[in-house]
Amino acid sequence: MIAQPAPKRDVMARRDIIVAGLGRLVPETGLIADPIRLKPYETDGLSAYRQTPMAVILPETTEQVAAIMAFCHREGVRVVPRGAGTSLSGGALPMEDSVVLGLMRMNRILEIDYADRCAVVQAGVTNIGITQAVQAEGFFYAPDPSSQLACMIGGNVNMNSGGAHCLRYGVTANNLLGLRIVTVEGDIIDIGGAHLDAAGYDWLGLLTGSEGQLAVVTEVTVRILRSPEGARAMLAAFSANEIAGACVDAIIGSGIIPVALEFMDRPAIHACEAFAHAGYPLDAEAMLIIEVEGSVAEQDYMLDRIRDICNRFDPVSLRVSQSAEESLAIWKGRKGAFGAVGRISPDYLCMDGTIPTSRLAEVLGRIGAMSAACGLQVANIFHAGDGNLHPLIMFDANDPTSFHKAETFGADILRLCVEVGGCLTGEHGVGVEKRDLMGVQFTDIELDQQRRVKSAFDPGWLLNPSKVFPLKPEPAAA
Amino acid sequence: MQTHFTEAQLRDPDTSVANQILRTCVHCGMCTATCPTFVLLGDELDSPRGRIYLIKDMLETGRPASEEVVRHVDRCLSCLACMTTCPSGVNYMHLVDHARTYIEATYRRPVHDRALRAVLAAVLPRPALMRLTLKGAKLARPFARLLPRKGMFALRLRALLKLAPATVPPASPTEIPASHPALGTRRARVALLAGCAQQVLDPAINEATIRLLTRMGVEVVVAEGAGCCGAVTHHMGKHDPAMASAAANIAAWTRELEGPGLDAIIVNTSGCGTTVKDYGFMFRTAEPGLRAQAERVSALTLDISEYLTKIGYAPTRPAPGLTIAYHAACSLQHGQKVTAAPKTLLRTAGFTVKEPAEGHLCCGSAGTYNLMQPEIATRLRTRKLENIRATGADLIAAGNIGCMTQLAGDTMPVVHTIELLDWMAGGPAPEGIATHGA
Ligand code: SF4
Ligand code: SF4
Repeated sequence: MIAQPAPKRDVMARRDIIVAGLGRLVPETGLIADPIRLKPYETDGLSAYRQTPMAVILPETTEQVAAIMAFCHREGVRVVPRGAGTSLSGGALPMEDSVVLGLMRMNRILEIDYADRCAVVQAGVTNIGITQAVQAEGFFYAPDPSSQLACMIGGNVNMNSGGAHCLRYGVTANNLLGLRIVTVEGDIIDIGGAHLDAAGYDWLGLLTGSEGQLAVVTEVTVRILRSPEGARAMLAAFSANEIAGACVDAIIGSGIIPVALEFMDRPAIHACEAFAHAGYPLDAEAMLIIEVEGSVAEQDYMLDRIRDICNRFDPVSLRVSQSAEESLAIWKGRKGAFGAVGRISPDYLCMDGTIPTSRLAEVLGRIGAMSAACGLQVANIFHAGDGNLHPLIMFDANDPTSFHKAETFGADILRLCVEVGGCLTGEHGVGVEKRDLMGVQFTDIELDQQRRVKSAFDPGWLLNPSKVFPLKPEPAAA
Repeated sequence: MQTHFTEAQLRDPDTSVANQILRTCVHCGMCTATCPTFVLLGDELDSPRGRIYLIKDMLETGRPASEEVVRHVDRCLSCLACMTTCPSGVNYMHLVDHARTYIEATYRRPVHDRALRAVLAAVLPRPALMRLTLKGAKLARPFARLLPRKGMFALRLRALLKLAPATVPPASPTEIPASHPALGTRRARVALLAGCAQQVLDPAINEATIRLLTRMGVEVVVAEGAGCCGAVTHHMGKHDPAMASAAANIAAWTRELEGPGLDAIIVNTSGCGTTVKDYGFMFRTAEPGLRAQAERVSALTLDISEYLTKIGYAPTRPAPGLTIAYHAACSLQHGQKVTAAPKTLLRTAGFTVKEPAEGHLCCGSAGTYNLMQPEIATRLRTRKLENIRATGADLIAAGNIGCMTQLAGDTMPVVHTIELLDWMAGGPAPEGIATHGA
């Protein structure tokens, strides 16, 4: 179990008073404080780490969030913000003395402006919910993390989430226009808005990816884009990871930027096929999903060029999707990949690092060797276009040594990413999972500098304090 | 995900199955988004993942079900949208069924709750009793306004009175066990689950089914001794009566199978179909003979739309120029994963078929749910009807009597898919349909 900061004794002692005070801030069903009902909130998408919080509170308005933050600030209570609880890095892992601030009741679309191509939504709207609200008018919201069906935009902002189509459209940060936030003291502040650049410092840039440590996001203004005329996916299968990796390099090197370029290795192909029945090539060692979009003529032109490049690498098979349903099935497999691994293994750790694409084959080779050495299987999924690697380490949580091995294996993979010139996190955030590895990437001076940013927003370290930074007795002063 | 059962606990076959299901869940949270109660209530505890966690904790600790757990499990519609969404293949249905049985065995419900459940469990599966009760409810309806405005009990009673149809149709001859011979050359022989509540509320559904099938050369038998499928009591966690109903059906159909023979068992109420298709699992620990019979029955069971697709359906009348909003019953789309067949059949029959937005969300009927949880059920009904109305269709078609009752009484007529298919293949127009152009 992961180390957590010691609970604040004074807070624990005043538990009943604090719970009663919180109860006055939201409607009756919005406060959970009995042990049985708190239990399901003890963890998120990284279920190996668990800790039951003191209370869960479910506000419905920004004003309620402000009241809660003001109250917790006054009482010195730690707060862990939570959206859909799909974080794979334990971003919403509670602490024993914390209040979990769940934003899932704030799930309304507030405003859609097609002329200016933006939408204002509450933090608890799901990622796909934004696209669903605007697609009838021919628009969509671009970032598409695999959990887009369930994950919420507030969490996307805090983790700066990416997704398969980021290659073309950028990550969350590139698709944001404004935020309404509540500070740790309980003040409501608007940042940015429906225009391109804000005056002064780039607060939006600072808050995006701040992992719930600087402020609570309650409303988000996102850019919506015109849906492309059409899109088509192509499956290219190869006889070795190295060959597929070289093919990725050749595609990117040729100047073509597909909208998505995804890599799956053999175990991943098999797990996903069992779930999605998309006709993935089960005889291949590695597979690429390559998607292009535009008019039919544009698609044909791009697909022809990509097919020519793939053919230079002696593919096992090449298949272009013939219908919308077929494309949907192809993506269903890829997007359900993590859960699909749950079919072949009771548990997995989903790692998230980045590497230079040119080192892909080498990195996969070394991951394979580590896997053999520690006796745990691994399936690799890779946003190949932008170098974001997701090895899924399969283990058995009911066996403590297996979990320990998985943790060590995971840490070794991330060290390897840094070693080859990549980085610790692509899009899942640091959370608790990669907290203790931050020293591999940053020097103490760099870390302290980042801690000072946190202290400037939250001097008492009340907001999600156990994440991102290796635990230290004394937080650095601003 | 990790579980904490002792060796001794795992020796219990039911706990062992629950453990396997829990181990398949990777706690990814994908299922929350398509769960109707999570969408409405915005609390992890009213989501599939939250319920799975509550159930896990209850079973691991082995403590009796508590009011907190019961509250959230009771709110589950058993719509099984979570199973459609889950990439990991978690069998939520079997887990929640087990939890309901566990609750029934270890939790003492408040007296009015217990009374309502006992009444529903006694009345719904028995057509004669149900008919009598509905007539009584009709008489009692004017008194509904005397009920207090608030409180779960009053709300439920009001829901009960509201659902009672204005006219209770007389008993249909199809209720009597009999064989309905094929017209022309016989190509197959099937058993029809005549059901319980459905034949009281809307006997036209079975009549249309029998008419269409016999016209297509299929002999249809309503087997002696078959009755309620057991779903009503099963979903209340009343294990023994549910198993008794199921066993009676298995025995009745096995007699037919081993006697004159059966090519299929046809169900035209998808809620029941989901349960009959699960008989094999329900009798997994029964003695081998009975288990094999149950498995055979489940394997032979088909929804009417699956069967018609299999034998090939063709209309004989010209297209009526009607647009249909097809309402996908949860038991059909999530429980049985039958999604394309009904729509394709309706299109073949000459209708324009529209699919309402949020088709994956339950209408709130969910068996007896609209009586037990009237508030959530009403919100879901309103949302469903808004989406249906937005299609601009002329009428609603569905393959489940529960949904039909729930969606009735709004601006659009609601009919069973089979009534429309029968009509276009030579049968009478369903009641309440304007037959312009036909
Ligand atoms: S989607 Fe499936 S695996 Fe994921 S939390 Fe839900 S039940 Fe568990
Ligand atoms: S069966 Fe329906 S209501 Fe119950 S948890 Fe699953 S999705 Fe939610």
